[in-house]
Amino acid sequence: MIPGVTIYEILTVTSILFFIGVYGFITRKNLISILISVELILNASVINFVVINKYLYPDMLQGVIFSIFIIAVAAAETALAVSIIINLYRQISSVEVKDIETMKY
Amino acid sequence: MTIDSFLIMRHEILLLAIILLLVAGEIFIPENKKNSMVHLAIFLFGLHTVIGFLPIEEDSMFGGSFHTNDLIHFFKSVLNVGVLILLLISADWLQEKIVSQNRGTEFFILMFSSLFGMYFMISAGDFLMFYLGLELSTLPVAALAAYNITKRISSESGIKFILSSALASGVSLFGMSMLYATSGSIYFNDIIEVIAPSNLTLLGAVLFFAGLAFKISLVPFHFWTADVYEGAPISIASYLSVISKGAAVFILMILLFTVLKPLIHAWENIVYSIALATMFIGNLFALRQQNMKRFLAFSSIAQAGFILLGLITGTQLGTATIVYFVLIYICSNLAAFGVVQSISLQTGKENMSDYEGLYRTNPNLSLVMMLALFSLAGIPPVAGFFGKFFLFTAAASEGYYLLVFFAVVNVIISLYYYLLVVRAMFLRKSDHPIPFFKNNLYMRLGLILTVIGILVLGLYSPLYDYIYELSSVFN
Repeated sequence: MIPGVTIYEILTVTSILFFIGVYGFITRKNLISILISVELILNASVINFVVINKYLYPDMLQGVIFSIFIIAVAAAETALAVSIIINLYRQISSVEVKDIETMKY
Repeated sequence: MTIDSFLIMRHEILLLAIILLLVAGEIFIPENKKNSMVHLAIFLFGLHTVIGFLPIEEDSMFGGSFHTNDLIHFFKSVLNVGVLILLLISADWLQEKIVSQNRGTEFFILMFSSLFGMYFMISAGDFLMFYLGLELSTLPVAALAAYNITKRISSESGIKFILSSALASGVSLFGMSMLYATSGSIYFNDIIEVIAPSNLTLLGAVLFFAGLAFKISLVPFHFWTADVYEGAPISIASYLSVISKGAAVFILMILLFTVLKPLIHAWENIVYSIALATMFIGNLFALRQQNMKRFLAFSSIAQAGFILLGLITGTQLGTATIVYFVLIYICSNLAAFGVVQSISLQTGKENMSDYEGLYRTNPNLSLVMMLALFSLAGIPPVAGFFGKFFLFTAAASEGYYLLVFFAVVNVIISLYYYLLVVRAMFLRKSDHPIPFFKNNLYMRLGLILTVIGILVLGLYSPLYDYIYELSSVFN
């Protein structure tokens, strides 16, 4: 709980964060930037869980526990994605989206 | 809670033991005998499949996080059978291409980990366990999709899969946080009691649905499907299209029929429109495909649209027909992928035009492929017809006549492109047909199992009655 800050303000921030992530995922041309956008989405939900837990249901810790698991899984996901990107980079020397379009339609 | 109560996790414990045994085998089996890893893994998993059919009692553990009942137990066995057939039809590929690079054991470990995640996903009793199961079932498959590390399209399909699955799980998590905000709990049983159709709950449910719709590759979320299937090794494409899709359909069904049941007036409209879009787009795009893997990818999108016809009902009949259809779909699609796998392994050819004149050189393979495609299309004597027929009956019994009409239109469209392949195999002549070859034991065994499934499952009605009886648990 932060004194002077209501839950609406924080949830507005997380919603904005979420949509920045979705926008970035769609518009970015670089695989690493897309990965960062996905992280933004995941972090928006992490903050959501913690804030909802703290403001609305402070007697249980379900949201906080959930957020720890999300962080751990997100780390695993990023590691795997980066390793695949590195493998791709070894073959085509590029991490641009326009270069991974050999399969289409 | 005693040590005995862990026995309800028998599937999970056994599979974990197999994974650990394979790790030990990787360490202790010498380099020149690595071929035996494939036999060992198939043998152990076959044993696990057989043991999996033994009955189990209904119970829940870990404060309700993990629960099981007869239907869930049965579905885990169905997934086991699917994976076993899949291992049989990919054994050749593994021995020729993968074990020779000394990467055979990882394949099994990753695939079994993914199956392990699916067990937890379909047994989940809260959103945390569900999320962990979903991720554990998705991430190893991304690694497997990029398994041909020397091939560019394999890496491409891996990165496409992991990025879009990460987006889907992120969106799904955002939805879960909204459901948590309105209900105050992440446990399904607590949510059922307090859930009410408020705006925030609806938004949460829709976002959550989107995450699972990605796994099933329903239409607005299907863009990854064809690319990933084409680039990934064929075993992984069939795993994605059969096992992964089946498990996701099952958990989506459980959640819609139990937790989100009070919102049925909201989600039935969503499912209705998505079913229409999925069937039409899947079928129309399949018409123009030449590559067999892409063709099967779009056909599997269309099949997912048919499954939604059972999902829209929310009744016991719907549950039974979905489980029954998924069982048949596993057999028919694995047969089709098995033939594609064996031809691709022998000749490296994957295009529809390469199949011309196949009947003259390889009559048995052509017959298996024909049965599989007839079953997917739903032509009467084979099982696929009964699966589709029951799905349509379920939807019609709830009054969705227009939807059933469009589904039948789609069956006709799909018949056209399935018969294109059959025509290429049986009627066309080719100057350079695929030469005759003999499959080895595992591949033949796998294909025979699928053919038995296609021929018997539809006609053996006690099976459907049994599934119907089990399905009463969710209603």
